[in-house]
Amino acid sequence: MNNLYVLSILIIFLPLISSLISGFFGKYLKNVLIHTISVSFMGFSTILSVIIFYKFLIGDFDNTEFTMYVWGNVGNLTLEIGLLLDKLTVLMMVIVTFVSFMVHIYTIGYMHGDEGYIRFFSYISFFTFSMLILVASNNFLQLFFGWEAVGLASYLLIGFWYKRESAIFANLKAFLVNRVGDLGFLIGISAILFYFGTLNYIEVFDQVSGLFSEDLSIYIFFDLSVSSISLICVCLFIGAMGKSAQIPLHVWLPDSMEGPTPISALIHAATMVTAGIFMTTRMSFLFEYSEFSLTFIVLVGSITCFSMGLLGIVQTDIKRIIAYSTLSQLGLMVTALGVSAYSAAIFHLMTHAFFKALLFLGAGSVIIAMHHEQNILNMGNIKKYMPITYYTMLIGSLALIGFPGFSGFFSKDLIIEAVKHSNLFGSKFAYYFVFFSVFVTSFYTFRLFFLVFHTHERMSNDVKHHLEESSYVIYIPLILLAIPSIFSGWIFINYILINNYFKDAIFVLKDHDVIFNISQHFHGSSKMFLHGLFSAPCILAYLGIFFAWFFYCKKVEYLLYLKKKFSIIYYILINKYGFDIFIQNIIVPIVLRIGLFFLNVFDKFIIDGFFVNGAAKFIKWSAEKLRLLQTGYLYHYVFVMVTGILLLLVWFTFVFK
Amino acid sequence: MLVLSNYLIFSTFLFSIGLTGVFINRKNIIILLMCIELILLAVNTNFIVFSHFINDLTGQIFVFFVLTVAAVEAAIGLAILIALFRQKNTIKIEDINTLKG
Repeated sequence: MNNLYVLSILIIFLPLISSLISGFFGKYLKNVLIHTISVSFMGFSTILSVIIFYKFLIGDFDNTEFTMYVWGNVGNLTLEIGLLLDKLTVLMMVIVTFVSFMVHIYTIGYMHGDEGYIRFFSYISFFTFSMLILVASNNFLQLFFGWEAVGLASYLLIGFWYKRESAIFANLKAFLVNRVGDLGFLIGISAILFYFGTLNYIEVFDQVSGLFSEDLSIYIFFDLSVSSISLICVCLFIGAMGKSAQIPLHVWLPDSMEGPTPISALIHAATMVTAGIFMTTRMSFLFEYSEFSLTFIVLVGSITCFSMGLLGIVQTDIKRIIAYSTLSQLGLMVTALGVSAYSAAIFHLMTHAFFKALLFLGAGSVIIAMHHEQNILNMGNIKKYMPITYYTMLIGSLALIGFPGFSGFFSKDLIIEAVKHSNLFGSKFAYYFVFFSVFVTSFYTFRLFFLVFHTHERMSNDVKHHLEESSYVIYIPLILLAIPSIFSGWIFINYILINNYFKDAIFVLKDHDVIFNISQHFHGSSKMFLHGLFSAPCILAYLGIFFAWFFYCKKVEYLLYLKKKFSIIYYILINKYGFDIFIQNIIVPIVLRIGLFFLNVFDKFIIDGFFVNGAAKFIKWSAEKLRLLQTGYLYHYVFVMVTGILLLLVWFTFVFK
Repeated sequence: MLVLSNYLIFSTFLFSIGLTGVFINRKNIIILLMCIELILLAVNTNFIVFSHFINDLTGQIFVFFVLTVAAVEAAIGLAILIALFRQKNTIKIEDINTLKG
């Protein structure tokens, strides 16, 4: 028990310590020492979390809650910093620390020679710490702290190259869009405090069914009412939409590609965007009671899944394509959350973390070799020069499209099955979106893959001359990530479906329990693999690969013809459905107007002008008048004094009596 | 036979002369000091008269204190006056008005 406490504290605080060391003492130390410290601390943290995970798996450790520190008591409310360690937390810890560890190693190669080398290590360690404190939290306030700390770290990292104007724009955008979501999240937390009177997870979860049976409703507008639990869930989910980049709060994610590539891997795979998925899963005890919010989640998730995937098809920036695929995959996870397949969502989160980090780091490897060229139309036939990157990227791509046998196949198939089995309102609609997005995913992934690694060489001779495989610090993480990208699905699906790994951590109502239904027909991962070879989603995936090959390797002229034929659709896609244009030209000016109005009228005029400066001005004015009374002539004072005494005398004799 | 009110009227006159002196006089600080002495004397008269008429010696003892304080005050006042004169070359009250708002 104590053992677990020490281990988990070490896991969480080692990254913080390394962040502080490189942040505060970085300029006195050598780069080599800094990266040795950061990587070894991170590695230590990873090893410890794997140990804890293993102990949970074999049953040595059980769900535990610790209070580390009580930092406030307000009335009946206790504000504390604590840890809740259960199977969900432990799994998240392994994902976060492992991917972060890979990114730390990779950074040594990728950021070599950058003037912000030390700063970068400090930031990414802090990022990891924030995410760990978020996943290990046992109360909503600490969750919110982690939530905001992750936002801060992403802000710092997206704007890492702060001399670039586009980077500053992107990090501000990420920060502001997240604020919108955070407002919802904060309202959700406040509502929880209001209805439950506590912020501790377990205490809240214990009371949920009671609240549900009381069925409190809030009248929003005349007869339109929402049950309080739905209000809480929808507000919390709005927070998740901001962090996990769901439509319409997704706009920050593609822009976050302005940061260095290791950050993209970290944001998209382990930290930040997974926070929303994790949070919703953690709150399954709440969400289960609100059909309304589940439907909302399914719709948002499936629309994001499909529409964002389509955008990946027209992009030409290697990192942006992968970013859109993240959006699409996040949509898939959110859909899974909506149909109550929380364990499937976390499963996909895990496999996705491995292969998406792999894809990003692979893309970074290509970008470095190409001397920071990111346009895939200027690449081609890189396979010849970078075999290790090629094969690892191939594994990542196959995992992403859910090719049978790779990790993505198991998680994706599970989600699609879950959506199919669900009886929730809206799930039929979601099913088609999710189903066809398999094709879309496969198409754009292999479009990227073929354009970068196959076809003919389109880069300039100068670049071609220097093209070679990246150094070992870059390809070792690729190989290490490729291994779980292949195998993690095989192993883990058995734990989910047969051993019911998330039994205590996730709560699902009997009516919603699609995963249980699926597990009734499940006979081990190899059967699933054999069955999956010719299942409908996989055939769609094969078709996607085929079409990508056909259009981009064989018959490029057909593509140009199609592009001309469907120029309107192309125009819509290249403008990202107009979300950016709409927000920047309509929403932003309106918000800016409102903001300026409040700034000028309330802040500057009423508060500053009237209350703050007004009080000072009044004192000054009255003092200026009153000081004239003090003339300095003695006889004036005596006169005033005598008159005063006389008046007092008169008052005492005639009035006061 | 003199009655109480005669004494009181006398001391009121004395007080009023002193007071009038304080705020009619604008030229000379010495006169101001003398007027203050007059006011104090009026007070002393009241003390003595009341102590006589109510047969209580406390009032008369108090007068000694007042006289002492008055003497001290006169000494200090004159000393300040001399210092002031050395500084400003004047003892006109009108000219001594630097302490103002």
